[in-house]
Amino acid sequence: MNEQLYQELAEIVGTENISRADADRITHSYDATQEQHLPDAVVYAESTEMVSQVVKFANKHTIPLLPRGAGSGFTGGTLPIKGGIVLVLTRMDNILEIDSENLTAIVEPGVITAQLQREVERLGLFYPPDPASKEFSTMGGNVAECAGGPRCVKYGVTRDYLLGLEVVTPQGEIITTGGQTIKNVVGYDLTRLIAGSEGTLGIITKIILKLLPKPEAKKTMLVFFKSIDGAAQSVSDIVGAKIIPTTLEFMDRATINCIRGKSEIEIPRSCQAILIIEVDGDREVLDRDVERILDAIADNDIIETTIAESDEESERIWQVRRVVSPSLKQLNPDKFNEDIVVPRSKVPDMIRALEQIADTYQVPIVNFGHAGDGNIHVNAMVDLRDEGMDEKIQKVMDDIFNAAIDLGGSISGEHGIGTSKAKYLSYELNQQTIGCMKAIKSALDPQNILNPGKIFRDQEGA
Amino acid sequence: MNKNKELKDFTAVIEQCVKCGVCQAHCPTYQADKREGSVARGKIALAGALIDGQTELDEGVQRDITMCLMCGSCVAKCPSKVPTHEIVGAIRRQVTDNQGLSLIGKTVSTLLPRRKLLNVLTKSGALVSPLLLKKVPETSGLRLRIPSPMMKGRTVPKTPLTNLFDRVKEFSPGDGEKPTIGFFAGCAITYLYPEIGVSLVGILNKLGYSVYLPRTQGCCGIPALSSGNGALVEQLAERNADSFANPDLKYIITACGSCNSGIGEYYQSMKMDLEQFTSRVIDLSVFLQQEGLYERLVETEPWQQPLRVTYHDPCHLKSQGITKEPRELLKALPNVDFVEMEHADTCCGLGGTFSVHHYETSKKIGSRKLRGIEESGASLIATACPGCIMQLQDVINHQSLKVRAVHLLELLEQALGEEPVGG
Repeated sequence: MNEQLYQELAEIVGTENISRADADRITHSYDATQEQHLPDAVVYAESTEMVSQVVKFANKHTIPLLPRGAGSGFTGGTLPIKGGIVLVLTRMDNILEIDSENLTAIVEPGVITAQLQREVERLGLFYPPDPASKEFSTMGGNVAECAGGPRCVKYGVTRDYLLGLEVVTPQGEIITTGGQTIKNVVGYDLTRLIAGSEGTLGIITKIILKLLPKPEAKKTMLVFFKSIDGAAQSVSDIVGAKIIPTTLEFMDRATINCIRGKSEIEIPRSCQAILIIEVDGDREVLDRDVERILDAIADNDIIETTIAESDEESERIWQVRRVVSPSLKQLNPDKFNEDIVVPRSKVPDMIRALEQIADTYQVPIVNFGHAGDGNIHVNAMVDLRDEGMDEKIQKVMDDIFNAAIDLGGSISGEHGIGTSKAKYLSYELNQQTIGCMKAIKSALDPQNILNPGKIFRDQEGA
Repeated sequence: MNKNKELKDFTAVIEQCVKCGVCQAHCPTYQADKREGSVARGKIALAGALIDGQTELDEGVQRDITMCLMCGSCVAKCPSKVPTHEIVGAIRRQVTDNQGLSLIGKTVSTLLPRRKLLNVLTKSGALVSPLLLKKVPETSGLRLRIPSPMMKGRTVPKTPLTNLFDRVKEFSPGDGEKPTIGFFAGCAITYLYPEIGVSLVGILNKLGYSVYLPRTQGCCGIPALSSGNGALVEQLAERNADSFANPDLKYIITACGSCNSGIGEYYQSMKMDLEQFTSRVIDLSVFLQQEGLYERLVETEPWQQPLRVTYHDPCHLKSQGITKEPRELLKALPNVDFVEMEHADTCCGLGGTFSVHHYETSKKIGSRKLRGIEESGASLIATACPGCIMQLQDVINHQSLKVRAVHLLELLEQALGEEPVGG
């Protein structure tokens, strides 16, 4: 971007909202993938109108434009891989409305997920999606990536709470999708098209959300199993007993080996798999639910069950899960973190396939995640300084994705495609399907301005 | 030789940052201005870029490096425990080395060569007066924190006529059985809030401990650290270690969270062997709990109309994990009806020299506490750091709330019903 263009943009957004200083280019060059690509300029958006004008400017001069929230994504969604302008939306962070009568909320894209949750919970309401990054990720980013989280087993993902959006299209038009009502079938469902579009089809500037009444109470259980099959069977048995827990988190043997001795709760030697089960709802039904769950899983190789009787005990149970991520680095410095998903019943098959892959390539693979919805966080831990590891890890990833797809699953449950999974898109989608997606992209963004190079590997052909 | 770590000493820990963004949830500065350059992840990226030569210490980088309270909140929650506050300190020292001290930092450095330390008293008037400012020791962090002519509308405590050293003898004997405790008072307690120091000495004496308050002690060094004055930090560390060198002093007690972190935590990271000194540093609430005072307090008859009190976590105690002890004290006090508040553990916004450079941001950070204070219904907000008391009262006054910020010791003294010594 030359001097004249920079000045023109500065005039549009105000000099206080734009920078091309080294410091700003560097601090907006990365996300949680740890890759770095420098943008030419950074703009902090103040309003929908400003966003619209910046998009029009980018179109007029064919400059790539990257919307950015917290920059906490795992697949490169906010990386300016082709340079251009990074447009930051963190300062559009007002909760515009919480409507207790209609159970809806309207927020700007920069609102932090957990902050929204705390505010609605003060009013006895509930916004369920809870990505691990909820304390810092933005609602705009959550919608753009269609974020999930542990509670999705029972409550569904971000898209299930969207009633409507205000979006700036890739050509700078301000459009509204959906509305404030649960029922709305007027025209195409553009809300769902934008959800999970990873900033390639529009910039989200306002979000209308559906809320629920806040569950009265919750109860947490920790179950140690002698076998992964026991844990997997338990997942099926719980659902079979017609109970949908709020969360059903599992940890495999490799994970347990990493966290042994790191949590307050001691893990027995013979333990090969762990399930953390949480149920929520009315206080009087919770005890009965817990009883029914324990009955349903009683014959499944259980070593020990702990039921939290207080918030502190519940906290101690969740600590077992929380020590996982920081403990992985002890295995190897470089983490390849994928979030494949398979049908619930195929979780044990997938774990066996992963153990097989780990064995074949002699690479430690640690698996944990949301057993209740089949979303497994697969972490291949390697040292890229080892000779040939770059190629080896590619083969490992290929095998993992193929195994997931063979089992009727998907290559990403909640992290999205971005740049890191773009080359695997064709593993899951046929050419016609990809073609259809590209047709939508080029119809809305003929100049390929908005977040170019994401999702589709060969964006030029779009 | 430079006894503070340099930026390059952090090369390996900088690489430990996985760019996850967790720090955004805990950085008071980021939450106020929502700029990536203000958060730990951004600063670590800049530190890495400086080491790699990707950028220079230009204006933009310097601006981001000033946007840090050095509170350590990010470090406590960082999965890789990257010590951003230390990295920021190292970069600020590099700025100073390259360009000399900033305007604020100069107030201290120009006076330094005279080495006329301590024992200069504040006789009258307000600290805001430049004349009076001259009377506070050249090395005192107060000079960095409150060069008030530039700060309109800032609440500062009335400067007392006499300071702590006027009011408390160097040695205050206890019952002769219990050991002697060294008291590191720090600038704010010595010059602005001497009554806090008087309380502590009185309480310790009453419990049987003798107290040694050496006149040679200086500033902890946190404000100098915050403004990048590495040489001054070194000088203060040496001086303070000398002042408390007597091995008969079982502990070196503090009643200021920042001082505790400065002399207890930061000195440990320096390239000096101060283990003998730092290992004896203890916060007053930790000490009193350890000595069994809380159990005794719990047994006393609760007041009929106790005061409703909430608690604010000073960053420099929180980052060291000292969060339960002060609350346990409040819960044990017969005169206190303790109530928890929302955002109890978020920063007040003072942050060493931060509020001087960035008063508006500082106020914005502090104002996040207001809803919690108001909703708690407390008439007093207790804390364990004089800096926080000053900042909280400023924020509260701007909102016209009828709440007073107090030190834990004021409530403890009230409960013990003891006339403070020498008060």
